[in-house]
Amino acid sequence: MQRFINNPDLVVEDTVKGFVKAHSDIVRLADNPRVVVAKDAPHAGKVGVVTGGGSGHEPAFIGYTGRNMLDAVAVGELFSSPTAKSFHDAIREANGGKGVIVLYGNYAGDNMNVKMAIKLAAKDGIEVATVVANDDVCSAPISEREKRRGVAGEIFMWKVGGAKAATGASLEEVRVTAQKAIDNCRSIGVGLGPCTLPAVGHPNFQIEPGTMEVGIGHHGEPGVRVEALKTADAVAKDMCQIVLDDHNLPAGTEVAVLLSGLGATPLNELYILNDTVESEIVKRGLKVYKTYIGNYFTSLEMVGATLTVLALDDELKTLLDVDVRCTTLL
Amino acid sequence: MSHEAARRICRMFQRISVDIDAEKDRLSDLDGAIGDADHGITMSLGFAAVTSALGRLDPEATPSDLFKAAASAFLDAVGASTGPLYATAFRRAAQAVRSHEALSVSAQAEIVEAMTMGIRERGKGQRGDKTMLDAWIPAAEAAAEARERGEEASVMWANIVAAAEAGAKATRSMVAARGRAARLGERSLGHVDPGAASTVIILRAMRETLVA
Repeated sequence: MQRFINNPDLVVEDTVKGFVKAHSDIVRLADNPRVVVAKDAPHAGKVGVVTGGGSGHEPAFIGYTGRNMLDAVAVGELFSSPTAKSFHDAIREANGGKGVIVLYGNYAGDNMNVKMAIKLAAKDGIEVATVVANDDVCSAPISEREKRRGVAGEIFMWKVGGAKAATGASLEEVRVTAQKAIDNCRSIGVGLGPCTLPAVGHPNFQIEPGTMEVGIGHHGEPGVRVEALKTADAVAKDMCQIVLDDHNLPAGTEVAVLLSGLGATPLNELYILNDTVESEIVKRGLKVYKTYIGNYFTSLEMVGATLTVLALDDELKTLLDVDVRCTTLL
Repeated sequence: MSHEAARRICRMFQRISVDIDAEKDRLSDLDGAIGDADHGITMSLGFAAVTSALGRLDPEATPSDLFKAAASAFLDAVGASTGPLYATAFRRAAQAVRSHEALSVSAQAEIVEAMTMGIRERGKGQRGDKTMLDAWIPAAEAAAEARERGEEASVMWANIVAAAEAGAKATRSMVAARGRAARLGERSLGHVDPGAASTVIILRAMRETLVA
């Protein structure tokens, strides 16, 4: 595959530099070059909102930095957790004196580094709470939900958590609301083609031509089955069934839908999927309140898509509608 | 006494750094098969950060101080899981050598045992998960046995290194249950775990520098 890179070892560095140059009206770089901060953060008297994760998922995570969203983001190597120091520095940058919430995804490295960062922040006298996203349905059975990985549902968790913090809510209130958002999220990914880390030069998992992997993770984690590629209609029905069966929502529930490309799938195919996705949701007696379609959470140049369904209540609807100013439109 | 011991710990970290750097490409290739090919680079950066931090320390620093400084240097330089795992290992080692700063043979055994305990606690992993613990746990067991039998240093370290080598080799036939390779499930079969391979390099370097 041909790429626009300078040096495979500097991909993250160069990405962040270009990002900050492009969006200097919205974000700034902290003293730690692996921490991106909303330009006007921290806000005195507001709970700081932080996330972090490996690179290669752009626009996640940095693209969600901005007003009413994330105050600071720790940036890791490609597909690899940021350091505890970067999480710690992000917490400090976001601290407006009312505590900081770290909203991140359930991965071994992130769990350890956030935990260590919290200890460091405690020495600074900063109170930190966390919510860990675990919306990826195929990564573990519902009875072991704490083992599930976090994927695109994190975006809803950030949006809701960021908007709640902007109301002046307490750290505990922000935690409870962000937790509700992720508890109400279910996601599934379908992969049609693998991705390659530039420093490796070859994909470390394969998806054979003519096949697809249902339930694939954001880094090529194995899904629940590999099968012959089907029509978009059949794939969308399958995705809806897996997500909605796991969700088990009462008829009449309003939902927000997020269909994200994994990096190399064109937008038009996401719309083709959505044509069926929305019909399937309606068939189950649910109502679509809002739909987001685009490359919201990618995996380098993986071919495929993720579907996330967020069950709404009045509070979540209000928070979802709050205007934000970040580089990725929401 | 403590001066000489501190110098040995410094030499130990320098040796680890040099040896990891020399094997950087091999470690990254192992990681490329089941991870993201950065293990060699990451470990090399981490230990380079450690040696440079130790170089800036007060000459009066004790072995415990050195391990503590190594922990924070490694943690600041390395993310992923490796950063917190080795940082915790060095912190536990710092606690273990606090009471006996002369680096006796049994203190050396306790360093290996404490590092292993730190990695286990932090990663919540166990033997058979196809991680660095598949080399560290047998090494710690060998250290504990040698300590109880009162073996001399050269015998103890020969046993530690042999146990770690066998453990690392055994990861080839394991399916990863933790860490990044766990994302690959059965696709990880047939490959040696890079974390276990670097453990062997570290323990060999410790043997070279700690056996008086």
